[in-house]
Amino acid sequence: MIIEKLIFYVFAAILVFAAARVISVRNPVHAALFLVLAFFSSSAIWMLLHAEFLAITLVLVYVGAVMVLFLFVVMMLDINLAVLREGFAHYLPVGILVGLVILAEMLMVVGRWQLDKNVVKTAVETGSNTEAIGKVLYTVYVYPFEIAAVILLVAMIAAITLTMRPKRQNKYQKPEQQVNVKRAERVRLVKMPAEPRE
Amino acid sequence: MLVLSDFLILGAVLFCLSIAGIFLNRKNVIILLMCIELMLLAVNMNFIAFSHFNGDIAGQVFVFFILTVAAAESAIGLAILVVLFRNKNTINVDDLDSMKG
Repeated sequence: MIIEKLIFYVFAAILVFAAARVISVRNPVHAALFLVLAFFSSSAIWMLLHAEFLAITLVLVYVGAVMVLFLFVVMMLDINLAVLREGFAHYLPVGILVGLVILAEMLMVVGRWQLDKNVVKTAVETGSNTEAIGKVLYTVYVYPFEIAAVILLVAMIAAITLTMRPKRQNKYQKPEQQVNVKRAERVRLVKMPAEPRE
Repeated sequence: MLVLSDFLILGAVLFCLSIAGIFLNRKNVIILLMCIELMLLAVNMNFIAFSHFNGDIAGQVFVFFILTVAAAESAIGLAILVVLFRNKNTINVDDLDSMKG
């Protein structure tokens, strides 16, 4: 199983490198592309864990849809990068410090993690991973599955209504202008000589 | 032989990188959203590792739901970002102080 270990370390190294570039690179487009690399390498690691369905889902849904959305938005917005980078050097020490402290704490917890030998392995995976997930998803988890569908629908409607600009074709009052109006803007008094009587 | 703690350490490293990213890029909302995606990826890594080593498929179902919710979250977040940029012409977090919070 030396090959398996080698594959794991190669992809883990690529994953950590890509994640480090995501948070440190200057251009948001490059950050999005490094995030794509991170998703690809983590999907390879999930393949090592025999989670084939989720690995493919990660590539299809995340790389195919979410990251394309990110790239669209990044390229659509005309952002001033210099202003956004201002605090980077200032926050670098505290960011690294907090990250290292949390990393040390987590490593102390998970570094020597052993599974309880008494835990009964509930399901032995036979057949394809997709089939196993499908069997559970449509029986035990059918109710959360439908809620997830509703969440996606709500998210779709919310995103469309947030960004849709209706056509300005209906005429309506502007109360702030109505309140602030001066007499001189509405009425003009004209002094005219009276017409002589015939 | 790969053991469970290898994957847990990888998830922890990924999570801490994204926390550091939130500290470093605290002015750029787009990078903040990407860091949240990285955090969710780290959590999913732990879920799948436990699912594999416990032989329990439920962890993978949870990852499925996390992926769903994360996709919805990033779609709405990016929509809010677009509206924000359209109204204020900036995505700098420091300029978003109209509510005086």
